[in-house]
Order: sequence, then C-alpha cells, then structure tokens
Amino acid sequence: MFINYLQSLPAAIAQGMIWGIMAIGVYITYRILDVADLTVDGSICTGAAVCAVMIIGGQPMWLAILAAILVGMLTGLVTGIFHVFMGIPAILAGILTQLVLWTANLKIMGAANRALPAMKFNLLVARLDLYKSIFILILFVFAVVALLYLFFGTEFGASIRATGANLNMSRAQGINTNLTKIFGLVLSNGLVALSGALLAQYQGNSDINMGKGAIVIGLAAVIIGEALFGWMARNNFAIKLFTVVLGSIVYYIVYTTVIYLGLDADYLKMLSAILVAIFLAVPYWKKNLKKSSPKNKPIKEKKAKEVA
Amino acid sequence: MLELIDVRKTFNAGTINEKKALQGVNLHLKEGDFVTVIGGNGAGKSTVLNAIAGVWPIDSGMIKIDGVDVAHLSEHQRAKFLGRVFQDPMMGTAATMEIEENLAIAARRGKRRTLRWRISAKERAEYRQALATLELGLEDRMTAKVGLLSGGQRQAVTLLMATIQKPKVLLLDEHTAALDPKTADKVLKLSEKIISENNLTALMVTHNMQNAIDYGNRLIMMNNGQIILDVSGEEKKALTVDMLLKKFSEISGTGFANDRALLS
Repeated sequence: MFINYLQSLPAAIAQGMIWGIMAIGVYITYRILDVADLTVDGSICTGAAVCAVMIIGGQPMWLAILAAILVGMLTGLVTGIFHVFMGIPAILAGILTQLVLWTANLKIMGAANRALPAMKFNLLVARLDLYKSIFILILFVFAVVALLYLFFGTEFGASIRATGANLNMSRAQGINTNLTKIFGLVLSNGLVALSGALLAQYQGNSDINMGKGAIVIGLAAVIIGEALFGWMARNNFAIKLFTVVLGSIVYYIVYTTVIYLGLDADYLKMLSAILVAIFLAVPYWKKNLKKSSPKNKPIKEKKAKEVA
Repeated sequence: MLELIDVRKTFNAGTINEKKALQGVNLHLKEGDFVTVIGGNGAGKSTVLNAIAGVWPIDSGMIKIDGVDVAHLSEHQRAKFLGRVFQDPMMGTAATMEIEENLAIAARRGKRRTLRWRISAKERAEYRQALATLELGLEDRMTAKVGLLSGGQRQAVTLLMATIQKPKVLLLDEHTAALDPKTADKVLKLSEKIISENNLTALMVTHNMQNAIDYGNRLIMMNNGQIILDVSGEEKKALTVDMLLKKFSEISGTGFANDRALLS
C-alpha cells in the first residue's frame, strides 16, 4: 500500500540523519584529509557497543554517549598510529583496526549482540517514538555541524584542511602533518562512534555486524549530497556538511523505496557499492577524456625524478 | 646565517640505482646574501635545497641556521627558519583554500596553531596591503580559492607566503621554470624586490645562466653533488654566459651537456 510507503518515510529520514553523522565523519577523512579510512566499519559498532553496554549497565545517557565518542576517537588514534608512525598505507591501516575492533567489539558486548529495548530503557532516540527521535536528531546534526564549522575555522582546524589540500605546502609552512592526520582520524571516528551510539538506541540493539559496509554508505552519502545539493553549498563549509546529511537521507529514502517496490533487500549493499563505484569513476573518466582531447596540449613533463 | 658543512647524501645506497647526490657540500651564507645556484641536470642543486629544508635526513654533515644545527629537525620543525618556493606552482599553495587562508597559514609558520580563529580582521587588512604590492589585483580576490589562479599568480602568492614572516633563509627552487618567459621575468623581479626590501638571505636555483648572473650578489655552480665554482662581488658582475660555460668545462672536464641551461 502506498500509504505504508509514506508512513515509512519518517523512519528513513531518522535513519538518514543518524547515518548522516557518520557520513560527516567519512567526509572529514575522505574529502578534507584525502584519506580513505576504513576504520569506520568497526568504529560505528564500537560506538554502539560502548553506548549499549553502558546504558544496560545503568549509566546515565550523557555518559554513555560521551564514552562512545571517546572510545571511537581512540579507534581513530589506533589507525592514525598504524598509518603515520608505522608507515602502513591508510587503507590497510583502517582494515587492520577494523579487525582489532571486531575482537574489541565482541569483548565490549560480551556477545555478538546486545538488546537495548526502548520499552525498558529511557532512550534518546527510538523507532517507537519517531517524531521525538527526529527532533532530537535534528539537534544533534545542528550541534555537530556547528561545532565542526567552528573547529575547522580555527588555526588548528585550518591546518588539518591544509594537510589534506597540500601535504607539501603544509610541511613547508611548519604544520606537523603527522599530528594533523592523526587528529583528523580521531575526530572522524569520534563522530562515527556517536552515530553508532544513536543507531544502537534507534534500532534497539548493538550488533557485531552493524558496521559492515558503513564506509560505502558514508561515501554514497557524501557523493549523493555533493551531486544533488552541491549547488547550495558554494563555498560554505557548514552547508557542505549539511549536504552530506541530506545525501544520507536521500540514500535511505531510496533504500526504503526500492524495498517498497519489492526488491530483495540483500541486493542493497551491492547496489550501493556499484553506485559509489560509478560516482567515483565519473571524475576519473572526465579527466581522461580531457587528456586525450586534441585541444589540450600535453602537460609539460615534470622534472621530479631528477630533482631527487 | 646558513652554514653547510660536508653535507652528504646518497639515494638508494647499495642498489643498482645508487645515486651519490651530495658529495661533501660546504657553503656559508652571510646575512643578506642572495646566492644563485646553477648546474647541469642531476648536479645536486635542488637536492641541496631539499637537504636544507629537511625533506629527508642527510647521511652526514651539518646544517646550521643562525648557528643552530638543524640537521636532526624534521621538515615542519625547520619551516620556522625557512621560506620556500617550488618549481611546481601547485606545490606551494593549497588550491582548495582561499588566498587569505593560505596567507594566514603561512603567517603562523613556526608558531603554535591554536583554537583561535584562523584569521583576524587586522591580518586581513595587512594581507590586502601585501597582496596589493604584487600588482596582480589579488587584493580584491582574497576569498577566492587559490586553485582559480594562474601559475604565475600562484608563484607570486607562494613568494608572499614564504616571506610574510621574515625567514632566516629563503629557498627558491627553480621557481620560475614552469612559467612562460614573460611571467617568469615578472616573478623574478618580484623575488628580487622582496629580497632586497626585507634584506633576506636567499638561495635561488635556476637553470637560466643569464638570470643567475643578473640576480643576486653571489653565484655558485654545482656538478656531481659538489660546489665547483663560487664567485661573488665584482667578479660575479663581470661574468658572462660564455665565461660560465668555459669555466664549467675547465673545472668539470666535460661539456655543459644540458640544453636547458643555455636557454635564456
């Protein structure tokens, strides 16, 4: 029934906002730091696990969420150390941390799954109370965007942006790029864990598999947001972050729609991956087309080798 | 101001690609020296600059800036003493950031980057003035992304970034080589103006012998990772490209096998 579909849209919006916070984390590493950080597949579950276990253990909500964020930041630190101090390529560093977190998450939860029923606990967000959840999620999204806007506007925040924009220039200008890279990863995974903490409450459980493919959802949200809403952002950093959340909401609306249309939900991960692959390929294809066009003279050969 | 003592560096030591890039470089720059560096491809010109900047650690020797040995410091730690402009206009600026943001980042070279706002109104006014001296109209485009600028404009901005805080030594690494001749000339003249106005100590690598003669108060020639010629003062003023070529073949025992160096 179409009315059922419409009724399922608020849930899509709520989910989109939760995953949107995680996508902002992906935006920080992927777009700002220019690093593909796969830690997120593990750290979103870490955030969920820490939050769930603490709420079940009777800790106050604010403490549970704060702890989730801090432990999430720690996961970013691990990847940062693998990458920066041990010279491991960023992607592999993230995969290694993911594996570390698989064990860590199981140990935190003490099982593969911990239930966090909204009936039993006083949760911030829950599927059962969608409108309250959406309201609270809007507050979270605004707070996250505002804080990041302020942070990336500071001297230190600008140095993180510079690191991603031009490593060489950053070092020449005295920026400790090891530190900025690590801090970017820490910040990103803190946000991802926050998203995990909210997700655990929303879906009423924390599950060892909940982060599988999170990076792809995050990238999809970033890319969809830029493609559909990029025109709104221009140069405004805060709006750019909002477009990421909007991209995530669109992703979940599409998700809900295809399920409504009767598609087997098992196909969704594959479709997301293909969607992301195509969007990532477009700029590459464009570049190659330009290169082979006769109008463009070959770029002057670089002299980099002999300089070394 | 800057002192290199027996600086040595070998790349890919012990492999078939082994390259003895620096074989005992000794150089002493006095305050206010503007030294041009010439030499064939692979002579070690840019390598010397990279050694000073700390792009990689040297194998042995000492690099002193203002009497302090900096050889053990990392690249970003040495940055507080140095201003750098690179051959590739893309390398010196962050394309996705605004002109004024790039300048503000450079103005904090060697300082702690705190949680204060990245640029103040006072700074903005200062940058506007500094940009106006470039005479490129950039003072009215301060919030434009640097990626929108031409190569020459980017090099001019990089030059400004390198000197916005007076560096102990300014390192110019063939910074006009990627520009068209007219723009290259403009950027060179601008470099000279900034260097003389601020009484900077500078090391400028160039492949253009005429430029090397025309600019600066001292000229060094490199070959095979060593300094083979060092002239200054009146002797330098009297130099011609022909004399340099002759000197090169006398000292090195080979011809100056580099067409690029002959182009002027």
